[in-house]
Amino acid sequence: MINMVIDGRQVQAQTGWTVLETARQNGIHIPTLCHHEAVEPSGACRLCVVEIGDETWSKIVISCMYPVAEGLNVKTDSPRVKNVRRWILEMLLAQCPASPEIRALAAEYGVQTTRFVNHDPNEQCILCGLCVRVCKEVVGVSAISTIGRGVHKKIGSPYGVVSDACVACGSCVTVCPTGAMSARLDAIRGVHAGREAGKGGK
Amino acid sequence: MAQITNREIQQAGRLDSAEAFMALRERILAASDPNRTEIIVCHGTGCLANGSVKVAEALQAAVKAADLDIKVTGCHGFCSRGPLVVVRPSGLFYQRVKPADAEDILQSVLEGGQPVERLLYHDPNTDQALPQEKDIPFYSHQMRIVLRNIGKIDPTDIGDTIAHGGYLALAKALYQMSPEQVVAEVERSGLRGRGGAGFPTGRKWKSALAAIKKKGYPAYVVVNGDEGDPGAFMDRTIMEGDPHAVLEGLILGAYALGAHQGFMYVRAEYPVAIKHLNIAMEQARALGLLGQNILGSGFDFDVQINRGAGAFVCGESTALFTSIEGRAGEPKPKYVRSVEEGLWGRPTVLNNVETWANVPQIIEKGGEWYAGLGVPHSTGTKVFSLVGKVNNVGLVEVPMGTPLASIVEDLGGGVPGGAPFKAVQTGGPSGGCLPYDMREVPVDFDSLTRAGSMMGSGGMIVMDKRDCVVDVARYFLRFLEEESCGKCIPCRLGLTRMREILDGFSQGIGSEKDIDDLVSLAAAIQDGALCALGGSAPNPVLTTLQYFKDEYLAHIKDKRCPAGVCKDLISYSIDPDKCTGCMTCARQCPQKAIAGEKKKPHVINQELCIRCGICMESCKFGAVNVA
Amino acid sequence: MSTSPLIDIDEIIERYPGKPEFLIFLLQDIQAAYNYISREALELVCDHTGVPFSTAYATATFYQSFSLKPKGEHNLRVCLGTACHLKGAPRIVEDLERRLGIKAGETTDDLQFTLETVNCLGACALAPVMVADEEYVPGATSKKVEKLVKDLAAS
Repeated sequence: MINMVIDGRQVQAQTGWTVLETARQNGIHIPTLCHHEAVEPSGACRLCVVEIGDETWSKIVISCMYPVAEGLNVKTDSPRVKNVRRWILEMLLAQCPASPEIRALAAEYGVQTTRFVNHDPNEQCILCGLCVRVCKEVVGVSAISTIGRGVHKKIGSPYGVVSDACVACGSCVTVCPTGAMSARLDAIRGVHAGREAGKGGK
Repeated sequence: MAQITNREIQQAGRLDSAEAFMALRERILAASDPNRTEIIVCHGTGCLANGSVKVAEALQAAVKAADLDIKVTGCHGFCSRGPLVVVRPSGLFYQRVKPADAEDILQSVLEGGQPVERLLYHDPNTDQALPQEKDIPFYSHQMRIVLRNIGKIDPTDIGDTIAHGGYLALAKALYQMSPEQVVAEVERSGLRGRGGAGFPTGRKWKSALAAIKKKGYPAYVVVNGDEGDPGAFMDRTIMEGDPHAVLEGLILGAYALGAHQGFMYVRAEYPVAIKHLNIAMEQARALGLLGQNILGSGFDFDVQINRGAGAFVCGESTALFTSIEGRAGEPKPKYVRSVEEGLWGRPTVLNNVETWANVPQIIEKGGEWYAGLGVPHSTGTKVFSLVGKVNNVGLVEVPMGTPLASIVEDLGGGVPGGAPFKAVQTGGPSGGCLPYDMREVPVDFDSLTRAGSMMGSGGMIVMDKRDCVVDVARYFLRFLEEESCGKCIPCRLGLTRMREILDGFSQGIGSEKDIDDLVSLAAAIQDGALCALGGSAPNPVLTTLQYFKDEYLAHIKDKRCPAGVCKDLISYSIDPDKCTGCMTCARQCPQKAIAGEKKKPHVINQELCIRCGICMESCKFGAVNVA
Repeated sequence: MSTSPLIDIDEIIERYPGKPEFLIFLLQDIQAAYNYISREALELVCDHTGVPFSTAYATATFYQSFSLKPKGEHNLRVCLGTACHLKGAPRIVEDLERRLGIKAGETTDDLQFTLETVNCLGACALAPVMVADEEYVPGATSKKVEKLVKDLAAS
């Protein structure tokens, strides 16, 4: 058993746990978007940041991957943490105005409006990559991937055409935290996909 | 230099002991005459682009039967004066040499007469000719440790390298030192990583040894040759000009850790570096300095070169490993250090090119010797590339702790035209802009960090009053926006949003609240980004705000770009007193916005003008003004 | 450009062992030989290395060196390093964009020119510098660019 402190509370964790797991076991809420128990963590959305350390030294880490350690002191809601979350949500609000999930989450953290301009009112995808990870790690077919890099990055099947590898299982839609995949799945599996799940994969 | 040819050396076959290596070295030295004249032609990128291949060919053609050698070497550093030719052993230095000068140079050398006056370097202040390389301030203020052999050796000739001390450290380490002693020597030297963050190299190696003890082998050693910082080309020069130094350093590191496989990750934009490293590896293998049973010691080690594929982010360690593994170079969170879990999840030591190239001399001369150079917490020397608005554009190596002003003014010769510099940007896109007031800051890891900038890989971009800090901050954000891998939200979205705010400033749109937002968003990105690319991306904005806030305010309050750069806030005009009516600008103007009769002053139609600046660039009479 | 469509794709594929870590090596060699990576070539590489098609596609679109569309006969690359930026590189890019009627990153319809920007060639003493095919053009100006485009178009 590892003894540590989250938000001033003494808590216990098991060796190998992450800070996020420990917080959730102890009923402490930390928001996440790209995290899902079924797949490996990736550290993309950064919403789960927490501050570790004390008055003399502290740093921001992501709780979904940071391993617990004896004596660790974690703050899940410090001013630095709030600043990171607020800006992420304000930017997501401008990026994905079509996602009710994002709007709700932003509101939860006091972000009602955004100073940034929106470039595509229909966008819902936050590029968290959960769909790609579930397709690879759970379904095992890797029908979709990220395409391109940086600001041009998107999610899809190679060449943006119907994928031979897709088994139309819908797992990507299930894990998607913003509803973005529902609109995309048909283009990946083929609109009239007559195939059943488990067939047609490589 | 080596009168024993490469072919003969290669025929020596694989050397099976330190004695065999020393015997070969003795043979090479005995066969070469230190007084034999060599005419050396720099083949660094700058000189090559200015025609040094033709210069070398002309010299070769002119030399005919004369008893001297024409030798082609890596970059001498004084790029703004190329093509460079140096006569050794006399040390005569010729600059801006053309093929047509070959006969005169040769005649002067053969007849032992006067140097060719027109090709000598003249001090710009006194106009005094300085015929000797060692008397030219650009060189005399340097301390060349890493660059010691560059400009002297033929980088494609292992014999020449050995004659100049190459592989002495390896022979010493394999037979006189235990791996732990090699690590201890590097630790004693105080060497810190030259790639940017300045992590102590010895400590890194030690932690890797501990990790290997825990996890076992395999372990890897890796060269980070993905030099991506704009304005930095020291690693390129080292790989091109002294590839064996990098290779020897890597072999020493592998010996220290017991690693049997190494990787060199080199930018695809550096084809000559890749070529020279490949040649070096092939030659080293043939001599038994690389491969199975190195110098008969029983130690096996080999190296693979991975070419980068055009992604700045791959200079980041975890992205670099992912790229070597064959995938898109996206960084991973580093809560477990790469010395424990690096390439393929194995203990890995990654150091940059310049760091590795320092290792052989530390082993040869001792860590204590190295620790005596530079300043206490930043030992040794550092190579800097001096670029931008500076007279002597090029590459210099100075002891750590040298004041900024000394580098820019004594070595760099200051800003063209003699005005004081406005700022020096150090540390690339992760660094900051230091103003003229900070010119006495000692250039070492900790002083630069305290000043709000960082060492980075050693690029120094000198800016003058015609350079706008808002524009430069925008430039770096744009650069990183394009190079962001796009994985984490703070970097992928945040850099664009910061840049959009600066776009506004450059158009005169913005408020003090926007500046506050910028600083707050910058803090969120610094804290929230996944890797160092995003985490340090706000630095250029923050340091320019710290030191040049007035210039930001001039943009948003006075709608004015004091440096005359931001297009929406400037206009071009033609000074009728200076304009000769040559019509060049009118011909070059893409908008046909300039009108005027021949030999009469021209006028720019502001309605049509798109402020591209081509008129100013093309005017030979300085008649185009910007305000 | 020294590209030879005569190089057999199988010959390239066989240069490396069939392991995922050689994906980038193969893409580099194919790009060098054909000036782009075709869908067929990408599929062959996947069969050889065992890399899923979508992963190879992600990799090929991630790195700037790779192109999935044929590039122009002449490749113009303008350096946008800091030194070049300060000395007028943006002006050179805009000038070329106007002359060629394309944006940076694009290829002319007649497949004659591809215009690219590159983030620092490490040749800062030559700023602003561009590379036309393999040739460095130091101190690029509007005038030099005009002549360069004319000469290349005629060659």
